[in-house]
Amino acid sequence: MKRQALTTTLIAYAFLAPALVLMGLFTFYPVIYGAYLGFTDYTIADLAAKEPPRWVGLANFARVLGDPLFQTGVWNSLKYLLVVPVLQIASLAVAVLVNQKLPLMGLFRTSYYVPVVTSIALAAVMWDWIFQKDGFLNWSLRLLHLINWEGRFSWLLNEHTALWAIMLVTFWRGFGYYMVLYLAGLQSIPAELEEAATLDGAGAWQRFWRITVPLMKPTILLCSLLSTIAAIRVLEEIIVFTGGSGGPLNSTYTALLYVYNKSWGNMLDANFGVAGAAGLLIALVGFALSYLNFYLTREERGGRS
Amino acid sequence: MRQEVAGLPRERKAARLRRPPWRRVLAGVLNYALLLAIFAFAVFPFLWTLAIAITDKTVGSGISIYAFPQSLFPKAVTLNNFLEVIEKLHLGKYFLNSVVITGLTVAGTLLVSALAAYPLAHMRFPGRNLTFGVIVSTLVLPTEIAFIVNVLTLRDLGLLGTYLGVVLPTVATAFGIFLMRQAYLAIPSTLMEAARIDGASEVQILWRVMLPLSLPSLTALGIFTLVGTWNAYFWPSVALLTNDELLPMSVAILKLKGQFNYDSFNVAAGAVIMMIPVLVVFFLAQRFFMRGMEGAVKG
Repeated sequence: MKRQALTTTLIAYAFLAPALVLMGLFTFYPVIYGAYLGFTDYTIADLAAKEPPRWVGLANFARVLGDPLFQTGVWNSLKYLLVVPVLQIASLAVAVLVNQKLPLMGLFRTSYYVPVVTSIALAAVMWDWIFQKDGFLNWSLRLLHLINWEGRFSWLLNEHTALWAIMLVTFWRGFGYYMVLYLAGLQSIPAELEEAATLDGAGAWQRFWRITVPLMKPTILLCSLLSTIAAIRVLEEIIVFTGGSGGPLNSTYTALLYVYNKSWGNMLDANFGVAGAAGLLIALVGFALSYLNFYLTREERGGRS
Repeated sequence: MRQEVAGLPRERKAARLRRPPWRRVLAGVLNYALLLAIFAFAVFPFLWTLAIAITDKTVGSGISIYAFPQSLFPKAVTLNNFLEVIEKLHLGKYFLNSVVITGLTVAGTLLVSALAAYPLAHMRFPGRNLTFGVIVSTLVLPTEIAFIVNVLTLRDLGLLGTYLGVVLPTVATAFGIFLMRQAYLAIPSTLMEAARIDGASEVQILWRVMLPLSLPSLTALGIFTLVGTWNAYFWPSVALLTNDELLPMSVAILKLKGQFNYDSFNVAAGAVIMMIPVLVVFFLAQRFFMRGMEGAVKG
């Protein structure tokens, strides 16, 4: 009997071995070692000379927090969060819209999801053309008499519009994703509730606010937090649209771009210690939000059952 | 269940019918106007890119992609841009790189997840709950600081700038293991006991019983991984910083665009080539996408 238990244990770990080795090497070790680097001084020159990282305590954190570029990054990341409420309200509205049974609805649902499976590289190519000075956006705005053609500009090269333009692309790539999540939530609302409300004379608007929104609260909470964390971690969009510069005039420089540029983006002043410290600060915010997510959704479930 | 709920309850339908006809017509028109507006927003970039890709740029002098509305409705259609981008820009090479990287990643993810999930679902051994907890905890780990060290690790292993270097760090995921474990848990353990009594080894049980019965989950995981890897931009561009030759299309397409002599018609053709595999997979497997997402919420 004991021998059999030992055999089972050995077989179990043999099956688990590939996953545990790969995760240990490429997930746990880098996270722990990366956090450690945040407390050291380790430049690209040290790396080339095979020097070990030097322990400097909290110096990097002071340096990062005092760096105007990081402060700009944090400010822009906060501005980027504005995409969250817009994205969530729109996705919920679209989900309600496509939850009706009408001809061709399957086609609409599917097509709204297609941007979600588009790579950021393709999105960058296509939207870059749209945002050009002579691009489709300016052309349509002129058609609607919203802009003066002589004063037109490239949306990505203007420091007042670049961040908003990139946020629009995040919105475009995201709304189908959240729409499907909301759709799943909507379809789990018991039909009898809506029927009863209708019989009691509730209009569509009342049904939405009194039944749909309260019952969808856990989904709304989950989606909002998912999209908040995604907004804080946004990096690929900035890199592909600005070539990693965060321009024009640092107007699209986000906190995570700082980590990227301090590690690989700009080889000349790469310092893995500074990057690690900045990464740790951002990760802590993300971690706090994930915790909040778990906490709030658990609270919700407890309340309902 | 979902199908039933999607239909309008009879009472509501009756309430609708009692409304005056002009209101029903108005509601219908408004619904479709909104649906079409969102449709245009969602697919316009693709349609415009497709239109540019098939435009015959040799017809008429100096056709511009910014000449609206002509560039949305090309007068002369050709497939030359596709041939050109494949020949001149060696798109075939990048396409093959994408195929190899995606193929290895999907195979690796399926193998690692299918193996690791089995003991977590159906074996009793010391450390099981701890192992599962550790794997699931990677979902909330701060990955921002991981990629710096991963590049250093790959360099030390001599894998930086190789296919394996791109693939290996991405194949063991909590998502994959979790998904497969859920699928195995749904399989009754009496089946396994019967197989054991017949003298089957654990590997045989996994291969002959568990995998065939969890095919839907395997397929879904494969599709998710395929689309994610095919589209991945950031990690391959970092892991292949030292070796341009192995770049996948998702990274190469932006490099093409960055070249000073780039031709928008060719870039558009490249974009279409890159999109086709994902769109084909997407349309064949829509159900898996939508269900997978719904499962993520209902948990």
